[in-house]
Amino acid sequence: MFRRRSAIPGFGLTLGITLTLLSVVVLIPLSAVALKAAGIGWDGFVAAGFSERAMRAYRLSFGAAFAAAAINGVFGMITAWALVRYQFPGKTVLNALVDLPFALPTAVAGIALVTLYQPGNLLGVWLDALHIKAAFNFTGVTIALTFIGLPFVVRTLEPIMRDLAADVEEAAASLGASRWQTVMRVVLPSLGPAWLTGFALAFARGVGEYGSVIFIAGNLPFKTEIAPLLIVIQLEQYEYGAAASIAVVMLLVSFAMLFVINAIQAYARRLAA
Amino acid sequence: MTISIRQVEKSFGRYPALGGVSLEIKDGELLALLGPSGSGKTTLLRAIAGLEFPDKGQIAFDAQDVTFAGAAERGVGFVFQQYALFKHMTVARNVAFGLDVRKGKAKPSKAAIAARVEELLNLVELGGLGKRYPSQLSGGQRQRVALARALAVNPRVLLLDEPFGALDATVRKSLRKELRRIHDATGVTTIFVTHDQEEALELADRVAILNHGVIEQVGTPAEVHDAPASPFVCGFVGEANRFEGEVSGGVFRAGGIGVAAPGVADGKAVAFVRPHEFVIAPAGFGAHIQRVTLQGPLAHVEAVTSDGIRLQIVASRADAANYAAGATANLTVRAAHVYPA
Amino acid sequence: MSSAGIRKARLATEDPIWVKALILTLVVAFLTLVLILPLGVVFTQALAKGWKVAWAAVREPDAVAAIKLTLLVAAIAVPFNAVFGLCASWAIAKHDFRGKAFLITLIDLPFSVSPVVAGLIYVLVFGAQGWFGDWLIDHDIKILFALPAIVLATIFVTFPFVARELIPLMQEQGVAEEEAALSLGASGLRTFLRVTAPNVRWGLLYGVLLCNARAMGEFGAVSVVSGHIRGLTNTMPLHVQILYDDNDATGAFAVAALLCLLAVVTLVLKTTLEVAQPDVAGRRAH
Repeated sequence: MFRRRSAIPGFGLTLGITLTLLSVVVLIPLSAVALKAAGIGWDGFVAAGFSERAMRAYRLSFGAAFAAAAINGVFGMITAWALVRYQFPGKTVLNALVDLPFALPTAVAGIALVTLYQPGNLLGVWLDALHIKAAFNFTGVTIALTFIGLPFVVRTLEPIMRDLAADVEEAAASLGASRWQTVMRVVLPSLGPAWLTGFALAFARGVGEYGSVIFIAGNLPFKTEIAPLLIVIQLEQYEYGAAASIAVVMLLVSFAMLFVINAIQAYARRLAA
Repeated sequence: MTISIRQVEKSFGRYPALGGVSLEIKDGELLALLGPSGSGKTTLLRAIAGLEFPDKGQIAFDAQDVTFAGAAERGVGFVFQQYALFKHMTVARNVAFGLDVRKGKAKPSKAAIAARVEELLNLVELGGLGKRYPSQLSGGQRQRVALARALAVNPRVLLLDEPFGALDATVRKSLRKELRRIHDATGVTTIFVTHDQEEALELADRVAILNHGVIEQVGTPAEVHDAPASPFVCGFVGEANRFEGEVSGGVFRAGGIGVAAPGVADGKAVAFVRPHEFVIAPAGFGAHIQRVTLQGPLAHVEAVTSDGIRLQIVASRADAANYAAGATANLTVRAAHVYPA
Repeated sequence: MSSAGIRKARLATEDPIWVKALILTLVVAFLTLVLILPLGVVFTQALAKGWKVAWAAVREPDAVAAIKLTLLVAAIAVPFNAVFGLCASWAIAKHDFRGKAFLITLIDLPFSVSPVVAGLIYVLVFGAQGWFGDWLIDHDIKILFALPAIVLATIFVTFPFVARELIPLMQEQGVAEEEAALSLGASGLRTFLRVTAPNVRWGLLYGVLLCNARAMGEFGAVSVVSGHIRGLTNTMPLHVQILYDDNDATGAFAVAALLCLLAVVTLVLKTTLEVAQPDVAGRRAH
């Protein structure tokens, strides 16, 4: 049977509306990308979706998204730890600020970050002195994606850290473990699934990010051009098939990420049972 | 190892949890800390384990002051109420943890650790389950793993916080016997916290009864049951009828009920009478029998006196014939614990 | 041996003080570099040439048109997604049916799609070469490079916000209260309005708040479908980009500062909700 009988009314109506809107807004338009890419044939798809320029763009988008997710994996974790475990003045403000990347329009973040980090400017002056170039290159893209990804890691880890029962740490200590051993062997492993989930969410978001990146990326073909920008450029040249091909490659990676995230969470649930 | 607790005080914010507790625990003893929730019994146990630190007072293991020693330095085994097993480790890794984290020469060889794990899993009757994860075990099995893990490090003292609280009644009873067996087999000084007086009386060599952060009485189960040191102990340990009345010339009276109260000063008083201390006596006070229920060898009788005082009586099955619902029985009180009010 | 308590020991769950200090220092330094300084830069750059210049940039006709368009788009997209979220959460949380987990995954889908792809799909559907291209041209209906496509793209990127907030909340609350109301003779609609809606109103508000912030700030998806016609199809974020590319940094940052204020207000409201209604607001990571 499709549905267990229940006393609550409105199932047909609400499910009908849900499926209709989902189809019209999301599913049917999304299938247009797949159909468009299919329409130019396999060879055309490979030529556009895996061209040298596209591969370089993926390498930048995926590489910088991975680097940013890794940075957030470290700093997001200690931020979450500080927010959950420590009491300090200004904690409420800091906590609210972590969500800034959710609330701040990405274009605003983009122009703010490039103004801050480009050579000869504000922080850029200090970086120049250290011979670090932090805009219009891989580093610049990574900075923007670090901004975008931070809350994913912090907000995924926080509830798990909060639920981490104190008695498990106390048990480790009473068995003779040092604080370092307790953290490394007991605390971190039990945060593992949540950490991976946060990492994957930040990574997936970073791969597709556009607004905050294009200002600081440099946008030179083969060098500092991110994959979403390449889609936009193909569109502007009316290369719809090529744009769709690149989009399909990115979508497949996103869906693979989604699958991985779900698998991690299913594993974590089984362990916690 | 003996444990000496001297004048320990601890408060959480403005809430006093322990107010000057002193207690000596003998080597190899099995001691119960018994009290209602909020009595400070868990705080005291955690202070012994080094999971809390007293505001004042001293805790010593043999002659060594450990008042402010960290939990890791004390060599105690602690079994948590919710077991606190490491979910991401197998049962065997859980049990081995305390040996695994040792450093340098103190760390046993892999083979020695494996042998010790095997030995302990057999002791708690979980042989062969070492490769399972905690999520694959029942509540009772998790409890045994927690016990094995705590014992693996050869602790100087074993501490258990409400060890059977999260289990259903049948498992609880069998694990109680098991804890006693394991204690007798290892001989390790053991302290456990419970709010269940039956558990404490059945299992422990001695019972310390706490209330509002102070120890009301320490003694063997028979002592605290038969010679309670305070009205609180009397009411908390075992069943008792509580009567408010007056003492005059060494006799306590509440309505028609009278009982000898030697040594209690004249004035208002409160008497506790165990349900089995009522006997049929033609010269006694009258009580109207309301309800009789038979439970195994005993008869539970609910009655009310002509003054309206309710009584809970336990009689042997043989005496049950004297109590008929709806009839009146003449009773007298064999013994009572009387305290000035 | 004394027990004077001079040596105050560390609890088993506590980090050593130097670790605390180190972690807090690193956290503050990191958040300053990544969050606080960028936020500060927006306001200092906007006011670099004084209040008057900034104010003028915001009052300029193209800017005003962008502000109006952004408000209009949000005013359509947010209620749309609120209605969708309520329908979806009612169907999913209050009923049991096969394929539920898959449906939730589908609703979450827009979160894992690049905003640029979100724009691209509407170009492919409504563009001149698209599915409905010829038909739309024949009937002189403008969707792409006009308000409808901007609204659609915005709805797409904000599609899961309200639903994701409400589904777990309604699931947690169960159906006992609804069943009680129905058994007392209330109609389905009345049950929803009098029992369910009051129970989820803070969660709904929370979802709407986040949905609105994203709707007003969306850049990538809207950029692809808008056509960038000044004064006509430029939303505020697009206007920021145009001014910035024209080397009008002050103008760009002045409009950006308005969007920043929106973000700050959103965060303040969000935090207030989380503190006041911890059980129903913001228990999920986005």
